[in-house]
Amino acid sequence: MSVRLISALSFVVFAPLIGGLISGIDRRITARMQGRFGPPVLQPFYDVYKLLQKENVIARVRQNAYIDFYLLFVIFSGMLLFAGQDLLLFIFSLTLASVFFILAAFKGSSPYSLVGAQRELLLVMGYEPMVLFAAVAFYMATGSFWVSKIIVHPVLLIKLLPGIFLGFFYILTIKLRKSPYDLSTSHHGHQELVKGLTTEFAGPSLAMIEVAHWYETVFLLAFVYLFFAATPWLGALAVVVCYFLEILIDNVFARAKWEVAVKSSWLVAAVLGFGNVAVLYLLKGF
Amino acid sequence: MLKNDTGRRVLVISSVVAIGLLSIKLLVDYYAATVVYFHLPAKWIESLVFPAEVAIGLLILGMCFRYRRWFPALLVLAQSGLIAWLEYFSTKKVISENPFFLDKFSLIMALIIGVVGGLIAVYALGYMKVFQEDYHKEVADRRGMFFLVLFLFIGAMFGIVFANDLIWMYFFWEITTLASFLLIGYKGNKESIDNSFKALLYNLIGGLGFAGAIVYLNVRADCADLSQVLDKNPVTISLALGLLAVAGLTKSAQLPFSRWLLGAMVAPSPVSALLHSSTMVKAGVYLLIKLAPLFKDTTVGYVVALVGGITFLVSSFAAISQSDAKKVLAHSTIANLGLIVLCAGIGTSEAVWAAILLVVFHAVAKCLLFLCVGSVEHALHSRSIESMDGLILAMPKTAWMMLIGMAGMFLAPFGMLISKWAVLKAVVDANPLLTVLLIYGSAANLFFWVKWMGKLIMLERPSEELTALKLEANISRTISVPLFSLGFLTVAACLTFPIMSAVLIEPYVLNVFGATVSMTRGNLIIMVLMLGMLLLFPFNLEPKRKGRWMPRVVDAYLAGVNYDSYSHVNSLGGISKNASRNYYLEKYFSESVLLNAGIISTVTLLVVMFLMGSKI
Amino acid sequence: MAYFKKSPWIIHYDATSCNGCDIEVLAALTPLYDVERFGIINTGNPKHADIFLVTGAVNEQNKMVVKNIYDQMPEPKAVIAVGICACSGGIFRECYNVLGGPDSVIPVDIYVPGCAARPEAIIDGVVQALGILEKKHLARKEARKQHDRIAAN
Ligand code: SF4
Repeated sequence: MSVRLISALSFVVFAPLIGGLISGIDRRITARMQGRFGPPVLQPFYDVYKLLQKENVIARVRQNAYIDFYLLFVIFSGMLLFAGQDLLLFIFSLTLASVFFILAAFKGSSPYSLVGAQRELLLVMGYEPMVLFAAVAFYMATGSFWVSKIIVHPVLLIKLLPGIFLGFFYILTIKLRKSPYDLSTSHHGHQELVKGLTTEFAGPSLAMIEVAHWYETVFLLAFVYLFFAATPWLGALAVVVCYFLEILIDNVFARAKWEVAVKSSWLVAAVLGFGNVAVLYLLKGF
Repeated sequence: MLKNDTGRRVLVISSVVAIGLLSIKLLVDYYAATVVYFHLPAKWIESLVFPAEVAIGLLILGMCFRYRRWFPALLVLAQSGLIAWLEYFSTKKVISENPFFLDKFSLIMALIIGVVGGLIAVYALGYMKVFQEDYHKEVADRRGMFFLVLFLFIGAMFGIVFANDLIWMYFFWEITTLASFLLIGYKGNKESIDNSFKALLYNLIGGLGFAGAIVYLNVRADCADLSQVLDKNPVTISLALGLLAVAGLTKSAQLPFSRWLLGAMVAPSPVSALLHSSTMVKAGVYLLIKLAPLFKDTTVGYVVALVGGITFLVSSFAAISQSDAKKVLAHSTIANLGLIVLCAGIGTSEAVWAAILLVVFHAVAKCLLFLCVGSVEHALHSRSIESMDGLILAMPKTAWMMLIGMAGMFLAPFGMLISKWAVLKAVVDANPLLTVLLIYGSAANLFFWVKWMGKLIMLERPSEELTALKLEANISRTISVPLFSLGFLTVAACLTFPIMSAVLIEPYVLNVFGATVSMTRGNLIIMVLMLGMLLLFPFNLEPKRKGRWMPRVVDAYLAGVNYDSYSHVNSLGGISKNASRNYYLEKYFSESVLLNAGIISTVTLLVVMFLMGSKI
Repeated sequence: MAYFKKSPWIIHYDATSCNGCDIEVLAALTPLYDVERFGIINTGNPKHADIFLVTGAVNEQNKMVVKNIYDQMPEPKAVIAVGICACSGGIFRECYNVLGGPDSVIPVDIYVPGCAARPEAIIDGVVQALGILEKKHLARKEARKQHDRIAAN
């Protein structure tokens, strides 16, 4: 119990540091891919620190409360994962966090933030099946929904769940808000939606969104690690490779329409996710 | 006395209080009992069942002749014929030894019917007053009849959950059919009459199935009681089981029979709330859950599970494309009942535990939502979700209750999500392939609820304009009290569910299956933690002092061409209001296409079931 | 250290111009100049920006846009007028509907001359604006402290 608690608490403390660093490296690599030099690696921390100092302007009274709860539940979800809790509970708690984020944008009520909210909602609907299939498949492979049990499972899970892994990698692009699926909050460079979901949030609230995003990056990569937990060095390698590929994808693809995002993620979930579940079921003769 | 307002008020409220107290007293008296059987005080009451059934049949026949609908009439004649044959001509009629019973599941049901049903009746007082006096002046004021039927309905539900003798159960079953028929047609215009007959037709199909099952069970299997049926080997009575399943599926508005419940939304809102939460559809799932032990690993069980799963998927998808609030709720009800049916069809202890949880949580949250939509409809003169923007300021009390109800329907850590979670686990254990229906359906659920929630809280009009509408200024207490109580119950049900589960549901499941399930302590603590955090949300936690965190309100970003925060200067120099619409994705989730596909697949399944069942 | 120097986010608005300066601003984002080296981001949203970069003169049609964008920016904020049109109205100065530079509507902190202003000059202007941001931040902090002191007494 105490090990779990320490793990969860260290997530709270260290995840933003790691997440921020990842984001800094990401920006640097992205710049290099575009033939630029790029900002310092610590740039994301400078940004957030500056945002915290800025005035908090809002468009609608109480819109920031939703962001507070978004961050709260993102952290809470991550704690659940790192404390080795039930995978389904983690997913549901994360969904709750996303709902708060979407509602925050609804509350913001400018046309840009509303379009961002609707698109984000579509994206959530798009990736949710694949995430749930992943949980189901973990359960079928290891006999438990508990992360603490999954992580000590002796078999290298990627061998049993290759489809699930590929499917999860596919929706990771959406979850990390990378192009081609960054259609609810675009990068600063692409401005047709201004900043979508986050349009109406400024200063400290924007900083909170940024920090929440760091937390998310960390536990999403931890999720990737779960597939390789039996061989830790392979897991670390997989996490690095996956993230690098995401950066590459981000730079190579133009933004897609929401139809493409939702349809393709549902298709991926059906073929790779459900396909893998079905194969496991047949193999085990459940 | 029922003719004047105050008299009616006193009568209704006192009966509601009496019913509520009685169901609680029942709980207090019998919470420790496993199963208790009851006898009727006198034998002659027994002999009244058949004449009463004939009377119901005649009443329905009369209505059919009046409106010239021949199909329902035929069905009534067919089922009355079956029962009459059994009563008077068959030598095989089995006399029930224990006509009534009570166990922990029926206690739970009684509590739902008593409390939720009672609150609806109180709400109906205020609602029907506005309905008759302001909103629908053209509709004849038949409130006396309305409340009479309402209580008849609630009474019949009590009958169903306490009846052990199938004949008695069938009798109450038919009363709910009749009552729903009368209430749906309350407005008396063509649309209502058409839809009430639609409901009647579908429910009579179920009734015919029920009657057929009773005859079969009496003649072939020598049982008259539900408890006896449960002791049988399911393979030997699979035809009867199939017929009972059809009865349960029609009443709980599953595909292919779901259209009647969609039509039923023409009824006044309290009726919808009643049909969708505590009565009617719950009778259907009650029967199926009761039969669940027999469904495990049988053809009928597989088919029931599949039908439930398909219904969940199809109805969740269909709800996406709807902008009529009541229709969204109707689809969502059908979908959630599909989950319950899916669990019943699987028939494992885990699944039944989840199913009972679903019944409880769904009743409370869905009832709350229907009552809220009823109030909103009267205030806005529209049921469209698109007209509900800014409701959080225009009708803050109702809107907050609606938000609680919606959160209760799909968000962690509220009831429906706990149950959905349990369902997912049960389904994975039973047959992981079924999860595909569950998983896609849940994603759709998320989509249509969140976009509705968003509509309630977004502000595209100045707040002064919204508050000046004063839509809640003279809301009567008979309306606000049920709303708040149900909102409170939605939250309280989540907090107390471990107790409810430990005292009532788990012992019931243990008694029926010899094994039980519960949630682990760690998960419970986490759920309570989450709920605790969420309960902080309504309070304003932002620091009050003017300082770094004190926000400054500026206009929303409109590419710089703001006229104010809510409207912009258009390209002709005029002023345009900002306006947005939700996504409905009709291209992908068209209701008619989905329903047709659902009906075709489920009809095929049912046909296959009967073909395979009759072989044995 | 408040890090305003390290992370200046910009919103760029092109008012009545020949688009020459507009293009130069965008040129600063290209690999050749790569302003992101300094943490400078072109946000396109006043609510995220620290620095308001205006190119071109202001006319009757767009003065409200300039004012709106300025109002919607959170404090502390700085305004840079880029190009001679933005400094004084430039070649459009005599037009019937031109008011002059953005300083006819909002307070401008830095003027970057040139027709068109060179990217180096624009970047230099931004760097100078950083000092102003820092100063404004400190002034805000001081005012807040004073306010607290008064409130406490
Ligand atoms: S300063 Fe020169 S280049 Fe810049 S906008 Fe004016 S005319 Fe065009």
